[in-house]
This record gives sequence, structure tokens and C-alpha cells, in this order.
Amino acid sequence: MPGKLKVKIVAGRHLPVMDRASDLTDAFVEVKFGNMTFKTDVYHKSLNPQWNSEWFKFEVDDEDLQDEPLQITVLDHDTYSANDAIGKVYIDIDPLLYSEAATVISGWFPIYDTIHGIRGEINVVVKVDLFNDLNRFRQSSCGVKFFCTTSIPKCYRAVIIHGFVEELVVNEDPEYQWIDRIRTPRASNEARQRLISLMSGELQRKIGLKVLEMRGNAVVGYLQCFDLEGESGLVVRAIGTACTLDKLSSTAAFLPACNSPSKEMKEIPFNEDPNPNTHSSGPSTPLKNQTYSFSPSKSYSRQSSSSDTDLSLTPKTGMGSGSAGKEGGPFKALLRQQTQSALEQREFPFFTLTAFPPGFLVHVGGVVSARSVKLLDRIHNPDEPETRDAWWAEIRQEIKSHAKALGCHAVVGYSESTSICEEVCILSASGTAAVLNPRFLQDGTVEGCLEQRLSWQPGFFSIGSEKGEVDFFPQSQDSSSLLGQEENLPAGCGFCHIPYDELNMPFPAHLTYCYSCRKQKVPDVLFTTIDLPTDATVIGKGCLIQARLCRLKKKAQAEANATAISNLLPFMEYEVHTQLMNKLKLKGMNALFGLRIQITVGENMLMGLASATGVYLTALPTPGGIQIAGKTPNDGSYEQHISHMQKKINDTIAKNKELYEINPPEIPEEIIGSPIPEPRQRSRLLRSQSESSDEVIELDLSHGKKDAFVLEIDDTDAMEDVHSLLTDVPPPSGFYSCNTEIMPGINNWTSEIQMFTSVRVSRLSNINLTNQTLNKNFNDLCENLLKSLYFKLRSMIPCCLCHVNFTVSLPEDELIQVTVTAVAITFDKHQAVQTTKTHVEKSLQRASTDNEELLQFPLELCTDSLGPHPFSPAKEHLESASSNSGIPAAQRATSIDYSSFADRCNSWIELIKLKAQTIRRGSIKTTVSVEKASPLTEGHFRQRSAPACANSTVGVVKMTPLSFIPGAKITKYLGIINMFFIRETTSLREEGGVSGFLHAFIAEVFAMVRAHVAALGGNAVVSYIMKQCVFMENPNKNQAQCLINVSGDAVIFVRESELEIMSTQQPIASCQPACGGGEIAT
Amino acid sequence: MTNELDIFVGNTTLIDEDVYRLWLDGYSVSDAVGLRVRSGILEQTGATAGVLQSDTMDHYRTFHMLERLLHTPPKLLHQLVFQIPPSRQALLIERYYAFDEAFVREVLGKKLSKGTKKDLDDISTKTGVTLKSCRRQFDNFKRVFKVVEEMRGSLAGNIQQHFLLSDRLARDYAAVVFFANNRFETGKKKLQYLTFGDLAFCAELMIQNWTPGAVDSQVDDMDVDLDKEFLQDLKELKVLVADKDLLDLHKSLVCTALRGKLSVFPEMEANFKNLSRGLVNIASKLTHTKDVRDLFVDLVEKAPGPLGSLHGHAAQLPPAHVPRLRPRSPDARPACPLLGPAAKGGGGRGIPGQPRSSPPRSARSPGPGARTSRPQPPSAPGRLPPGPGSGPSCPVEWGGGGTGSRAGQGNPAPRGRS
Repeated sequence: MPGKLKVKIVAGRHLPVMDRASDLTDAFVEVKFGNMTFKTDVYHKSLNPQWNSEWFKFEVDDEDLQDEPLQITVLDHDTYSANDAIGKVYIDIDPLLYSEAATVISGWFPIYDTIHGIRGEINVVVKVDLFNDLNRFRQSSCGVKFFCTTSIPKCYRAVIIHGFVEELVVNEDPEYQWIDRIRTPRASNEARQRLISLMSGELQRKIGLKVLEMRGNAVVGYLQCFDLEGESGLVVRAIGTACTLDKLSSTAAFLPACNSPSKEMKEIPFNEDPNPNTHSSGPSTPLKNQTYSFSPSKSYSRQSSSSDTDLSLTPKTGMGSGSAGKEGGPFKALLRQQTQSALEQREFPFFTLTAFPPGFLVHVGGVVSARSVKLLDRIHNPDEPETRDAWWAEIRQEIKSHAKALGCHAVVGYSESTSICEEVCILSASGTAAVLNPRFLQDGTVEGCLEQRLSWQPGFFSIGSEKGEVDFFPQSQDSSSLLGQEENLPAGCGFCHIPYDELNMPFPAHLTYCYSCRKQKVPDVLFTTIDLPTDATVIGKGCLIQARLCRLKKKAQAEANATAISNLLPFMEYEVHTQLMNKLKLKGMNALFGLRIQITVGENMLMGLASATGVYLTALPTPGGIQIAGKTPNDGSYEQHISHMQKKINDTIAKNKELYEINPPEIPEEIIGSPIPEPRQRSRLLRSQSESSDEVIELDLSHGKKDAFVLEIDDTDAMEDVHSLLTDVPPPSGFYSCNTEIMPGINNWTSEIQMFTSVRVSRLSNINLTNQTLNKNFNDLCENLLKSLYFKLRSMIPCCLCHVNFTVSLPEDELIQVTVTAVAITFDKHQAVQTTKTHVEKSLQRASTDNEELLQFPLELCTDSLGPHPFSPAKEHLESASSNSGIPAAQRATSIDYSSFADRCNSWIELIKLKAQTIRRGSIKTTVSVEKASPLTEGHFRQRSAPACANSTVGVVKMTPLSFIPGAKITKYLGIINMFFIRETTSLREEGGVSGFLHAFIAEVFAMVRAHVAALGGNAVVSYIMKQCVFMENPNKNQAQCLINVSGDAVIFVRESELEIMSTQQPIASCQPACGGGEIAT
Repeated sequence: MTNELDIFVGNTTLIDEDVYRLWLDGYSVSDAVGLRVRSGILEQTGATAGVLQSDTMDHYRTFHMLERLLHTPPKLLHQLVFQIPPSRQALLIERYYAFDEAFVREVLGKKLSKGTKKDLDDISTKTGVTLKSCRRQFDNFKRVFKVVEEMRGSLAGNIQQHFLLSDRLARDYAAVVFFANNRFETGKKKLQYLTFGDLAFCAELMIQNWTPGAVDSQVDDMDVDLDKEFLQDLKELKVLVADKDLLDLHKSLVCTALRGKLSVFPEMEANFKNLSRGLVNIASKLTHTKDVRDLFVDLVEKAPGPLGSLHGHAAQLPPAHVPRLRPRSPDARPACPLLGPAAKGGGGRGIPGQPRSSPPRSARSPGPGARTSRPQPPSAPGRLPPGPGSGPSCPVEWGGGGTGSRAGQGNPAPRGRS
């Protein structure tokens, strides 16, 4: 799809004075895209120039459109000397490349200079005309939507979740090139910004290609990160979950929330869908079932024979930039072994999502994580970043095998991160091992259901179940797996049930029968990296739990350093885990969600910070208390001291229970299962022997018997630990905090939100640091930071800090930097006081409304390259589709398009292409008509929103790290925001020191994000995340530099109170499905 | 362990009104922290001093960054860096431009120059306003002065437009600018009893009636300078004293107009000649810059007997809307012949409806729309000069020729400027 990019420079305002003599500026603008540059006229002597330029037109490949940013430079004309740059604006035009999102970018952008910051604003209009490309060998992937949101975006429905996609690109860091010695800091910064912009464009395009190969149309949970490896280069990597999404018709969005989870209700959205072109229209569903699906029971388990599920576990190989993707082959009757080997060898059944529709998650095994210490070396050939790919592949493999050891076949809530210091790099990956529901299919029509019910037999489902399937039999009674009975059973405990084999447990655990259904075994604690499932029942409220840890390390070089770190890691992991467990018990809770363990490496220390949200799950047993045991029982005063401490701990637990309203019903003890006595030890510490590499697995460690959690105080260290346990003060009354999307136990959010970033850098004063002082310092730093936040936001009480995200880095020897981003949301206190029952009802209700859109959620299982089938399932689908008159045109077009994107190298695809070609013509027509229609709808929308904005000069743009906005409905996703900024100063003192400098910079970053969102026509950023904030200072030279990388999803939201008004304008709204459906064909 | 860097940036800029006030009042961070501690905030919130210190620093830093924008308030509205709700923006601006009564009385009528700025130390000591705050207030005056000095159109309107101030504050600034431009002497001891409100009220009437803008709304400097031509014309008023017939005629006209409207009417009637002479003398000298500057001093010092000692007898002043005048001396000389009937103030134009006694910095609700209807001089050909009689104490009568009797009692001479 070559395209025509059109840019118009309208005006500038608040420009800086560039000519001291006249106190004015002679400004003009250079517009650059790729290698082409246009200039406006010089607008003389004004700080508010009105260029009103013609349309500058760039005719470019779509590949360039995806990779390149539009670069706008504002300069001051100087007759005699070189023109002075005022600043630049980089505009990512990606959102214009899929018609569903924005159609025009138009608005005021801050003019940004890496040395001076924001210097005035410029008004720009950008449009793109895309032409349809018939070339199937293309390198571009226009049309694939990207979402940072780690759940199915609110106005979409997941048709299929394909699975994990990843990619990385590397390049030399301009900052470390020889030329950097002779160029100005500004030129160097700009080169870096531009390069990263280019690389992330390229990365996104490549990921898009992979998605198209998998026949998906979107990436959800897209996480892109930069590794600044210094001398050895710059790595940009990304992971995400490929999906096929369907836009929900707006009419459906206006339907009253259906509280009953009955299937019929859920079908309403697409039954009423006025547009026959949408993917989700009725008749197609059974057909899809027949064609895509195979029996998962055959592939996964021996007993079950059910039918209609599409469990897709990533047909794509996880590794390999540029490696040829393989088309998944259809297989109807495959031997189980084959499937398993396929799963084992090729796939990473990972999902970056953290929230799922109810029932999707069958069991959760626990947290799996892997770390590896690597020595960085120069990347010699940037086009083939094999080493980095291999590193990550290794880690993912590790994760996968851990998951399997837990009896799980998938990993959800998966994420990856790095920590780099000099030439040592720690790669980390973590996720939650889980068993997903293969039968999960709620969009079945009546026949589908019928078929399902008829063919369904009690069975079970487990992957990697080489060992004793028989033992799993009882678990198949699990409520969520029994579709027919699902509604009758109290949901919300299924996911807690252990997926592994009770007799052959991967680690010591204390199992009991589930406290809700009494049928299945559950562990005594549960750690996960995902959000609390919406159907889970909790008692009381949750709270933020953090484990903080420092470890000194000798300074060392290269390999010695790597070895030292490798040796320390397992101990850190263990201690972090123990701390988490202790604090969890102290809070009287029994499960952790959203667990994120960050290990940071510095010159002379390692830091570990784990954050999670503790909750009390009704399904799990009541946590026992903590008992302290002294080593020397004879000493009387010591004894007294111990008992004093014990009392304090007991008091704290009681106080916490009251604070978080944890009052579980008393349960008779008789149903407690046979505990499996195991020595309390770290049983799962897998370490490879390789010198530079070390992998550690973090598993649930459950500590001994209930009520017998003993802390032995045998030395001063242990004493310190106990003390530190008690120093954590709870937030002031009216405040709650959590690091998950929503606070368990609070549902009545009001609309006021305040997103913020807070940064602290602390210098460690004493030279003779010990682990204890270090721990204390770090603990104080974090606690004080939290206290500060509570104080600052006191005007919002009652409120909850959600999605609290701590990041630790060690920029220098004695510096610790902690960055926190979170959002404070107010809630209604009066409604908050509820009985547990109504609360549960509420949460269920919310769950159903929230997930109304995401209910249809089949997994498609198409393992790749199984057997010699010449056609991909889609092709078969297509064939049957063509023979079946019932299939709507758009769907046909869709599948064809996806297939046509498929890999150009595989010769057997050629065959399909020929077939595809014939039908493609139809799809072009659809697209064209849609493109005509969509600006129209857009126009309507703008007209409507215009008067609202007219009052205030600058429209308010909300930012939130959450995927939703309380009290509002997201009506449209406008595209991903992914921005990278560098700011440098050589006059640090004049700018207010480091604090002044960084404060201004972060405020500017927010401003630029808001400006871009506003220019796209949006009024909020959701799933906002500050992925990097690298700050370096040199106070002696009066210099500082900071790099910030942020991303999020630009959206339009409408307040629920305004929705009613809007619904009177239904005609306009109903236009939207028209484009929604058609765009799939683009 | 010390915090080298400690910042908090919200998507919506957090503004703590109490800290803003402390910042405006010129307290240093440590002083502000001390004051906040004393306010008992630590007990209320359970915070520590460290937290308070960090919070105060953060706010100060934010205000410091905002200050640049506050210098040109429209920029604050259009800037993109700080997302601030409009109501908060208005609060920031209004508070930033608010000034202390004590301070403004010191500076009013002085040239807003570097020289004056150097004296701010003394003013600070004298008034008890911190030097920092004095500087801010002084710079505000100067900035506003510079911007509107040579602008066309209504003075208060211009100020309001360029600084987005409330109606009331804009009018106060108009007075400050008017005084500074004409350099009226207000610092003399004898004038100390006059509040800023009193003087601002006079300024407003003078702007309405004595400036070129009163006749022609399209001249430069229309509201800032006194109308030279008009001052020249005032010389002709001498005839009212010199010519016996005219004096009588004048007296009868004034008395007719004021009869029954003035409690001190008999006094006025009895002293009419003296009063008239005193005022006419002052009026006729106003062509000299020096005399213009001393206008207020002269009115207090040289206006003859009854008038001179009348100032501040609030009780004696008939119109309800001058209660801000405070009695200087308890002796309640009954009448003030010259106090006009206030002539109903021309539909309240420009006459502040509220007492001025409250310090200007208190948050006010926006007054009733600025001088929307700038009454062109009514049937009478010219504007009505406030004349000597309209000293600070009785400005009301210049409210407008509601009576049609050239509301000026003694100093009339219709300026023929058809």
C-alpha cells in the first residue's frame, strides 16, 4: 500500500525570541519525511507566525510510512549566519494507517528541543491517503492495530487469540559512535531520538507482519522496551499477544448492561449488528467451529471428546527476526504426542494479557520466572541479532518448562525486562503458569451449544500431563469447565484449584480442599502476575505489598562480575519471596496478584523490589499467623523480648484484618486435606552451571503447616527482618493502594482521577555500608515516597492508588533512583461499606458488564507445520466458506487478506494466493466504500465534540495507567502512543538543580503525550506506562541528561452521564459499525 | 542518606492553595514548612516533617515554573505543559496579581521605576510585607503598566483582557496605572487616612470624565493621561468666582439641585462662595504638571474651611455608596455644602457597589460587568469635571449628570465640545 502523506503547517505560537535585537523571530518550518524535505516561507518578525502553508505531499511506500516518523523542524531564519533551530516535533503517523483509528492528525504540538525543552507550539495538519496494494510480498503490515492494554480493549471483542509475538531489532547507539565526539549534544540527542523512533516503527511493522501471518489483526498487551547497552548497541524489543479482534457495534455499546451471564444475552451485540460485514455475524460461527477447530480432547487429553473449541497456542515460532513464519496446518485427527511435541518444541504459549473474560482461566499454577545473567558484547551485524534472540529464546524456554512442571500448558501475564550495568545484563522473564479453558466458547449459536452439550463428557484437560492423568479426574468437576452447569455453581474458585498432580507435586505445598466448592484441592497461598480475575470472590479489600532488598556486591569486571551476580541472585529471590510471604501473612491475606519482581544491578550492589497486591481469596484457607521462635530459650529476658515481639505481630495481624475488612466466615476444620509434610526449603532452584548464565525459577513456596509459620530469630539479621516487617505503616485512613488495575473490594469509583509520576534519587552517605543499613535505607526511601504520595493526594480522600508501579535503578555507585507511576482514583465511601454478599454480587455484575464485550473468546489451536497439509486452516475455511453461501462477504475478505499477508517464502502458499486473488477483488470494494464513509463519521463526531472544546482553550486529556476510565465509556481507540525523549542541560543550576530539571522534563513529556492524543482527536490515554526514565547527572560540570520512554493507547471516552445524551444521536453512532466491520478488510 | 532529587508530577498539576499563599507572601521553603507545621497539618494528616518539606519544595518548584507563565496570563491558558482546570487557572492568576493594601498605598502615585524598586526594602520594613512579595507586587504593577500604557480602549478593559483579572481587580489595576502615570502625590501624611479604595474610586471617576477617552474612545492613551484640553478649559471657571451674577446663578442652580438631598445643605449654602472659590482655584491651576501631582494634597489642604475639614465624615455623606470613607476626626461638622446629591450615579456606572474597606486581596466575586456603558456626557456638551469640590471625599457626584444640572456644584463651565 503505497500512500500519500500530506502535511500542512498552519501556525505557530509562543515562539521563543531568537533575535535579541528585535525581540522577535523570523521563523520557518522544515517538514521532513524519509529523505524528502519541504520548507515553508519565512514568516518575518513574529512570535506567533501564521504560515498557512500549502499541503506538502510525500509519496512513499507503506513500509516507510510505518517506520519513519514525520519530522517537523522549526527554525529561525538568519540572513548572514546559519539558521538556528528552535525545536522539533516528531509525529508518529501510524495511527493514520488503519482507518478504524484516527483519520487526521491536527492540532497544536509543543516544539521540543533537547537542550531547551518546549519552546512554543506549532499547529500541524497531517493526513494519509492509502492506496490498496496487491503485492503479497510486501514488507509492511499496515492495518494491524496495536494496544498497550493488557486485556481485550473495551470496545472490541476477541474472535481468536492467537498467541505470543515478539521481535527485536538492534542498532548502534549514536551516542557511542565516533562522530559523537565532534557533534553537538543537540545533534547527538536528535540522532538518538530519531533512530529510536525509526527502530520502534520498524519493530512494530515486523511484529505486524507476524500477526498477519498468524491471520490476526491486532496486538494486545504490546510492550516495547529499549535496552541501552552502551558500547554494544541499542536494542529495541517488543512482545505482545496477537489477536483477531472485532469491533463491537456502537449500538451494542449503548445497550443496557446485561447482568446475567446467559449466552443469549451475550449474543445480542452481534445479533443486532446492523452490518452484515462484521466478522462476528451469526452464521459464521458454527462454520468457524467446524473448520478451525479440532478436538482439543484428542490433542490434549485422552478422555474428553468435546468438539468445538479453538485453542490456539501460538503457531509462530517465538524466535527469529526474519525467520520465515510457518503457516499453521490444520489437523483433525492428530496423535496427542504429536501435538505435545509441537507445543514443546516450537511454541511459546505465552500471553501478555493480565485480565481475561470469566471462565477463560481454568487453573492458575503460580508464578514462573527465569533470570539470566549475560555479558554484553558488541553486536556485529545489526541485521542478524542472533545473540539477543538466542538469549531470550533460552529464557522463554525456561519459563515454558517451569510452567509445564506446574502442570500448566500456558503462561499468562507474561512480561520481560532487563537490567544493565556496564557490560553485565540481567534478563528476566516472568508470568503465571495457567491452564486455559479449551472449550471456552461462548459465541456458539444454538446448534453450537447443542452440539457442545451433546458431545461433552466429563473429562479433564491438562497439558504436559505425562504423569498420572488419573489423578486429575476429580478436577474435571471443576465448575468453570462444565459449561452446562456453570451458572449454577458458585464461580470464582476454579482458578485457584491446583493444576498439578497432588502426589507428584513440583514443590512442597500445603493443600486443602477448596473453601468455596469443597471439591478441589487448593494451595494455601497463591502468587500470580495477573490481575484478580473478575469472577474471583474476595473478602475485604486488598493492599499493596512490597518486598525490598539490597545486597552488596564487590566491584568486579566482566566475567567475574557476572559470576558474582549469578551467585547472589538465588539468595535474593529467596529473600524477596520470604519477605513477601511474611508480609502477606502479616496482612492476614492469602493471595498475591500482579506480582512483579524487579532485580536491578548496580556497580556495587543488587536491589530487589517486589510489588504485588495482596487479597484474601475465599477459596483459599485462612492464613495462619506468624510465630516467633528464639534460639536460646533459657534466657529469661530474651524470652520476654520474644513474647513481646510475638504480641506485637499478633496485634498487627489483628489490626490489619480490621483495616482491610477481612472477616472470613469460620470454617470447621474437618475438611482440611492431608498436608504433605515437606521440609521447608527452597526446592526449586534450578541453576545452570554455565559461567555467565544463571536461571532461577521462582515458585510458590508454601511454608509448612497452617498456623505454624515460624520465624526463627537466631541472629541479629533475623531480628532486623522482624523489625522491618513491623515498620511498614499502613496508608492513612481513606487511602488504599494496589498495583493491579482495580482494587479488590472497591467497585464504586467516582470519576476523579489523577495520574502522577514521582521520582526520588537518594545518595547513600556512609561508605561502610552493610546489607542491613542498605536495606533500611532502601526501605525508608520507598516508605517515605509512599507517605509523600498519601500526603499530596490527601485532598482526594477517599481514594485508592491503583496500578502503583515502582521502578528501581542504580544510576551511579551510591545513588538509588526510585520512580513511581500510579493513578489515584476517588471512590464513594458510603457505598463502599457493604456486606460481603452484595459486594460479591457487585463484582460479578461489574465483571459481566466489563466483559460484555470480551465474552466471545475462543482459542484457536492450530499448531504449526503439523503434517504435510498444503493448506492452512484458513484456506480450508475459505474453501468451505466459498461453498457455503451463508458466510458474509466481509469475513471472506478478511480471511483472504490475512492469508495474503502470509509469508512470501513458502512455496506452498503460492497455491493459496492464486485462489485468494480471485476473491480479493471483492474486498477492495469494501475497503473503498468504507474509506469514504469513515471520514464522514469522523466529521460527525468532531462536530459534536467541537462545541464542548470551544469553551476551554486547551482540551483536558486524561492519562491513566489503567485500561479504563472510571465513570466513562471508551468509545474509540485511536492508536498507540509510543514516544521517546531525551533532554539534556548544561546549565543545571540555572534550571533549578536536578529536581527542577527533571520536574520540568516530566511535565513536558506529559504535555507532549497529551498534545499528540488531542491531535488525534482523543481525550485520554489509557494503559499509560513510563517504561524508562534514565537520569544521569554531573553536578560538577553543571550537566544532566535524561531519557524517557512512555507509551499508552489514545482513546476517546464519553462520560456515562453524557452517554444518554449521545444515545439520542444514535444515527451518528450507528455509522460506526459500518466502518468497524469494513475495516477488517483493509 | 539524602534525597538528591525528589519530584512529583501530576497529569493535572496539583495546587495547594495554602502553599500558594505562603509562596506569594514571599516565605522561603523552610519558613513555609515552619508555618505549615504550626498550622497543625502534621497532626491532621499524620505526615512527617520530611514529607512536608518535600511537598512544600515540590509546590514551590511548580509555582516557580508557573511564574513565568503568570507574567502573561493568556499564555497560562494556552500553554500545554501544565494541565490546570480553568477555575484553578483563574485562582492562580487572581492571587498572583492581588496586592496588599499596605503596600499599594506606599507605591501609589510613584513612578514605577528602578529607583522606586530600590526603595522596596524600606517599604517592606514599613509595611511588614516580605521583600519578595513587595517585589512581586511591584513587578506586577510595572508589567501591567507597560502593557496597557499605550493601548487604545478602556483601561480596565485592556487590563482585564491582557491579564485575565476579575473585573474588580482590573479596575484596581487601572487605578494603579492611572496614578502611576499621573504621579499623583498620595504619600503625604495628610492623605494617609485615605484608603486605596478611596483613591481608586477617585481614579475611576477621573478616568471616566477627565481623560481623552471620555470624549473619544479611539484615541491613544485615552484612559491613562488627563485630557490637556480639558484642563486648559478649567481655567475659564474663574469666571464663576469673578462674576457676581454668574456666582449667584451657579449657587442657585447648585442649591436647587441639592436641596433636600444633603443633610449639610444649610452649611453648604452658607459657605457656597468660599467653597466655590477654593475649588475653582485648584481647578484653574491644573495645567501645571506639578499642580496635577498635588491635586489630592491641595484638595485636602487648600480647599476652604468646610470642605477641607469635611473629609471623611462618612455619616455626612448622603449617598449610601461611599461608606468606605472613614472619619478622620470625630468632630462632626455638620454640613458639606458641596456634597452633591450624588445624582444617582448615572446608573451606577463605574461606581463600585461595595465598600472598599476590605483589603483588595480577599477573593471577590467578579463585580458587575466592567464599565460596559461608558456614558458619553449627557445633554451637557462636555464632561463634568469633578472640580475641586469632588475631592476624595465626595467623588460620587461625578457619577454622571443624572440631574442634568451639570452636577458640578461649583465648577461647571460646560466644556463646549460639540
